[in-house]
Amino acid sequence: MKFWRLPLDAEAHSIPQGMVHIIESRCKGCGFCIEFCPNGCLKQSKRFNVKGYHPPELIFQAEDCVECGLCSLICPEFAIFTELKEAKKITENDIEKVTTRYSRKDKRYTKR
Amino acid sequence: MKVRLRDISQFDKEAAETAIQKDHGLHPDDRFLKPGRIPHIWCPGCGLGVVLTTFIEAVRRNQIPIDKCVVVSGIGCTGRVAGYLDMDTYHTTHGRAIPFATGLALANPEMSVTVFSGDGDLFAIGGNHLIHAARRNVNLKVICVNNFNFGMTGGQVAPTTPLEARTSTTPTGNAEPGFNLPYLAHAAGAIYVARWTTFHPRQLVHSISQALNKKGFTFVEAIAPCPTGYGRPNKLGSGLEEMRFYRDMSEIRNGADPKLAEIKLRQRFIVGTFLDSERPDFLENYDKNVVSRVKSKQKVKEKGKAA
Repeated sequence: MKFWRLPLDAEAHSIPQGMVHIIESRCKGCGFCIEFCPNGCLKQSKRFNVKGYHPPELIFQAEDCVECGLCSLICPEFAIFTELKEAKKITENDIEKVTTRYSRKDKRYTKR
Repeated sequence: MKVRLRDISQFDKEAAETAIQKDHGLHPDDRFLKPGRIPHIWCPGCGLGVVLTTFIEAVRRNQIPIDKCVVVSGIGCTGRVAGYLDMDTYHTTHGRAIPFATGLALANPEMSVTVFSGDGDLFAIGGNHLIHAARRNVNLKVICVNNFNFGMTGGQVAPTTPLEARTSTTPTGNAEPGFNLPYLAHAAGAIYVARWTTFHPRQLVHSISQALNKKGFTFVEAIAPCPTGYGRPNKLGSGLEEMRFYRDMSEIRNGADPKLAEIKLRQRFIVGTFLDSERPDFLENYDKNVVSRVKSKQKVKEKGKAA
């Protein structure tokens, strides 16, 4: 679906882009961050950490992370946190991405 | 054959300290945590870490200076919070977290005193202290982490265990109904009563920071998954599955009657802020009824002596 123009107040808003930092040696593999990330940025990695658990890793190089900070709040081990990388301007591409996401064409959302 | 013994080297204090400092400071919350204590001993999937994180976030949001913040905790898994936080913390005897905290709050009213303890500590052995602190309306912030059993000692039945729930001491099902904690706190006279689960960390942060701003006895219950003690015998699964269970079964109803907030096994339950009211606290009442009257009597006596 393509929009015929940008929203009129697009310049007043911006999309925050976050960077996820994972301290792998602290992770105990409970999977809260993977399950409850609203944008589905994380997945379980196949490698082991020092304790023998599978720490989380990013799916798409943190492109979708909007720095909401839920992962750092819900992590019981103080092993993950987010940092604001930049506040991106809204482009037509972003709006297309968001509309496809909420129309459930995104594979990550149809799976659940 | 001769057994070769290991060479005994002397204890290297510097190397031990650098090993402790190496892992500290990687996370922004580490400034509130004692160096060398993380990783904590709580099981994978336990919700206690979430409640600790939300408490730190609430302290940061309210901008309470660390030297004005006191955390008192009792015995149990939740009692270890006092060992992990890098502020004035007290790890007290079993059930007596509230008496210690009452003394602190009365001796230094400027301090923001938080009691961080579990359901077995606050309601089993310390039940009487809690209801009387609530009746007096002492300036305390109580955060009760409810995991429905005595987790640290091996998953025994607790006063909050729901009817028919299985624990290690009730293998065929619990014969006693559990406490309804918000209703009890509300009836005893708390001025702020809320209940959230660890699936609602944002609401928990909001509730704790609201409670930290109030003057008087506040009570926040945080329902936490306990995969080892409560989840396994009741077939609730791992910590993650228990979180999904709380997501599906909790119903947010702010301002609801706490009488309806009873928890039954595998049934829907209510979460939310039940009560947010105002009432003069203990120190205010004490000043008004005792201190000011004694002072006025002394003045009369002194006047009589002078005459």
